[in-house]
Amino acid sequence: MAKKKETTEVEETKIDARIPEGPLAEKWSNYKDHQKLVNPSNKRRLDIIVVGTGLAGASAAASMAEMGFNVLNFCIQDSPRRAHSIAAQGGINAAKNYPNDGDSVYRLFYDTIKGGDYRAREANVYRLAEVSNGIIDQCVAQGVPFAREYGGLLDNRSFGGAQVSRTFYAKGQTGQQLLLGAYSALSRQIGKGAVKLYSRYEMLDVVIIEGRARGIIARNLVTGKVERFFAHAVVVGSGGYGNTFFLSTNAMASNGSAAIQMYKKGAYFANPAYAQIHPTCIPVHGEFQSKLTLMSESLRNDGRIWVPKKKEDAEAIRAGKKKATDLSEDERDYYLERRYPAFGNLVPRDVASRAAKERCDAGFGVGNTGLAVYLDFSEAINRLGESVIRARYGNLFQMYEKIVDDNPYRTPMMIYPAIHYCMGGIWVDYELQTSVKGLFCIGEANFSDHGANRLGASALMQGLADGYFILPYTIQNYLADQIQVPRLSTDLPEFDEAEKAVNDKIKKLMSIQGKKSVDSIHRELGLIMWDFVGMGRNKAGLEHALEKIKEVRKEFWSNVYIPGKEVDLNNELEKALRLADFIEIGELMARDALMREESCGGHFREEYQTPEGEALRNDEDFSFASCWKFKGEGEEPELLKEALEYEFIHRQQRNYKS
Amino acid sequence: MEKNINVTLKIWRQVGPKEKGKFETYKLDNVSTDSSFLEMMDVLNERLISERKVPIAFDHDCREGICGMCSLYINGHPHGPDGEITTCQLHMRNFKDGQTIVIEPWRSAAFPIIRDLMVDRGAFDKIIQAGGYVSINTGGVPDANSIPISKVDADEAMDAASCIGCGACAAACKNSSAMLFVAAKVSQLALLPQGKVEAAHRAKAMVAKMDELGFGNCTNTGACEAECPKNVSISHIARLNREFLSAKFKD
Repeated sequence: MAKKKETTEVEETKIDARIPEGPLAEKWSNYKDHQKLVNPSNKRRLDIIVVGTGLAGASAAASMAEMGFNVLNFCIQDSPRRAHSIAAQGGINAAKNYPNDGDSVYRLFYDTIKGGDYRAREANVYRLAEVSNGIIDQCVAQGVPFAREYGGLLDNRSFGGAQVSRTFYAKGQTGQQLLLGAYSALSRQIGKGAVKLYSRYEMLDVVIIEGRARGIIARNLVTGKVERFFAHAVVVGSGGYGNTFFLSTNAMASNGSAAIQMYKKGAYFANPAYAQIHPTCIPVHGEFQSKLTLMSESLRNDGRIWVPKKKEDAEAIRAGKKKATDLSEDERDYYLERRYPAFGNLVPRDVASRAAKERCDAGFGVGNTGLAVYLDFSEAINRLGESVIRARYGNLFQMYEKIVDDNPYRTPMMIYPAIHYCMGGIWVDYELQTSVKGLFCIGEANFSDHGANRLGASALMQGLADGYFILPYTIQNYLADQIQVPRLSTDLPEFDEAEKAVNDKIKKLMSIQGKKSVDSIHRELGLIMWDFVGMGRNKAGLEHALEKIKEVRKEFWSNVYIPGKEVDLNNELEKALRLADFIEIGELMARDALMREESCGGHFREEYQTPEGEALRNDEDFSFASCWKFKGEGEEPELLKEALEYEFIHRQQRNYKS
Repeated sequence: MEKNINVTLKIWRQVGPKEKGKFETYKLDNVSTDSSFLEMMDVLNERLISERKVPIAFDHDCREGICGMCSLYINGHPHGPDGEITTCQLHMRNFKDGQTIVIEPWRSAAFPIIRDLMVDRGAFDKIIQAGGYVSINTGGVPDANSIPISKVDADEAMDAASCIGCGACAAACKNSSAMLFVAAKVSQLALLPQGKVEAAHRAKAMVAKMDELGFGNCTNTGACEAECPKNVSISHIARLNREFLSAKFKD
């Protein structure tokens, strides 16, 4: 462990993450020992709004209600159980070291920092690793049916970026089971009246009174009515903004609007360029396509990724003249095993995605578009038998077969990278509080723990860590000073103003009555993002993207057509409101990617790479979290920097080769 | 292989829960057989929008078969003719050129129609709120490996827990019974030591809530199991009945 502080000189550092003093391993305990608490009789008098019912939102709402706070919980779907955390497949990490393979809190912390390419905050990540074990205990106590060994104890598997098996799983439906665990805890509190649930509601603005978040404006998606809600504190766990790309593995309603609303009310948007492209998704197949489907990273435990060694073979396969199974072992290039012998097929996601793009760009891709590589289970099936593979991945294989109409037990799957997760998000300090007082941000929506790249099975860990074990503590440190604040009326001018702004925006959108549907404009934005702000970025491309996004914005605000009525159930209006914000996010992503003249994790600038084509960081100049501050409509945002100081870990060029 | 087909769609349109609904017919040409059923619906909606008409409202979200948001009664089957999948995973290769496809919302008194093909499944949430949980708070729980659970029980609990809460079981049932949904949760938790403690109370509370919300009784026709996209077995209903009866005997 390096003791010398490694820091980058950042001019005028204005951002303070309020990290507690003391040795890394003691910071969180020290914090909890000295933070302010709210006594039980006061908790009842304090209202907390939680937006979102995914892993972070549901666990936070349930936990805070159990403690005695009065919680209002909002979700966009018809039921809290449908939040997109439900779709997480592979697993959840924890440093239990049950398999006795050398895991520890420190090692999970180290792997996460390294996996994030040294662009995350040490103190946050250590805390995450520290609370990870409690999450597994909590979920088992709720009745989450994790996979078990015949002896009755919990089973583990391995995921990318780690040399230990620390991933707990429930078939290929881990996210579902964890979310249903949190949903059951939440349901118990709803049943008791401690949480009031608002389903089919969408947050449209945050209300600030005297510099503090005091409520939200939300639209009832069934009636179309815009409504006001007060609370002493507002917590947003609204997920990521991957749908900026139109095609992503996110759910159809996943959006970045809550993030943009917070940003426009003074919360910094941090590291927007850090988006994760997941290597194992089902390739794009047609113009009508509405979303991309992820195939779990866990498949890389037993699947081997390859493309043909010879270009002629790749061309023959693309033309339909040859099949994957026609190629012998020595005609196949297992390029991940070749380039990264130590981690092989289990390199982190950013590395695997870029390697796939490199092979396809070089002309070795398969499928009729040439934008696909093989994920082959034949060796594992020969070694373990089909029944073992079926037990491990049956539901994923079935899903693949239903979509592609091809049997992956017989022929290799075809996969290609797709946008999946956003490491960037709303900036939060150690307490998960944004730069606006009383406004907290949790789960994927915040920027906190994954640096420039997230390791597999760490999103579930972070969402539940934030919701069960971190926010319920840290929010009290804020609320302890709010016990004298009465429940404020929603007739205050700040509420009037916020609601009026929302209604004006809706009226403006409805009045355009142009010629293009929301989706058609969204597809245009998505193509720009994928081509220029996707896996490989460069200066000219990003500048071009910024120009193109301006055109899309103009097109949207002058030529969109929204049918139906304003105060009514209106899905097209919902989508238009979200697209307006995706355009803003797309611009922020391109701007951030242009500013960051280095490659790190999921952010790959083609100008900055090692001779072997690996990401080349520049710690001298870019070891900071970029925090974008809104300066007004049509104005350029201001860049603030939070210096990332490495006190306990020595930064290195990431190496997954040896 | 991919090809294009022409289909005729008869789709239920209804403005609100109290309004009168009716079927409307749409012809859709050149539908790729590689597109999903909901992508076909997207194409239709895009056309309606281009004709300045109001698109068809339907629920959907993850589009990978796990969130349980999509529904649709397609040619008499919840989630369509293909087995073990949700509507979002259904692909147009399951339909023939020239075929007429009838699309309706879930029909159940406990799932009122909101608009067109969207229904309100809040009743399922209320059933879970009545007892579909283990009554523990966050923190202060024992180590995850302190209670071994046999793999057989854990796997069976997992099979029950696969339920996505879509409502196909109640929609398929001639009595509109929610027994399979309730059984899946009761069974999952009764199989695990953590859930065993409250098993009797849970079975009674969830069944009482189900009855109160207007779901019908179970007459063992097995339609629920046949249409369940996640293959949840009716053997869980047997376990629910056992749990419920033994709880009643103890009263």
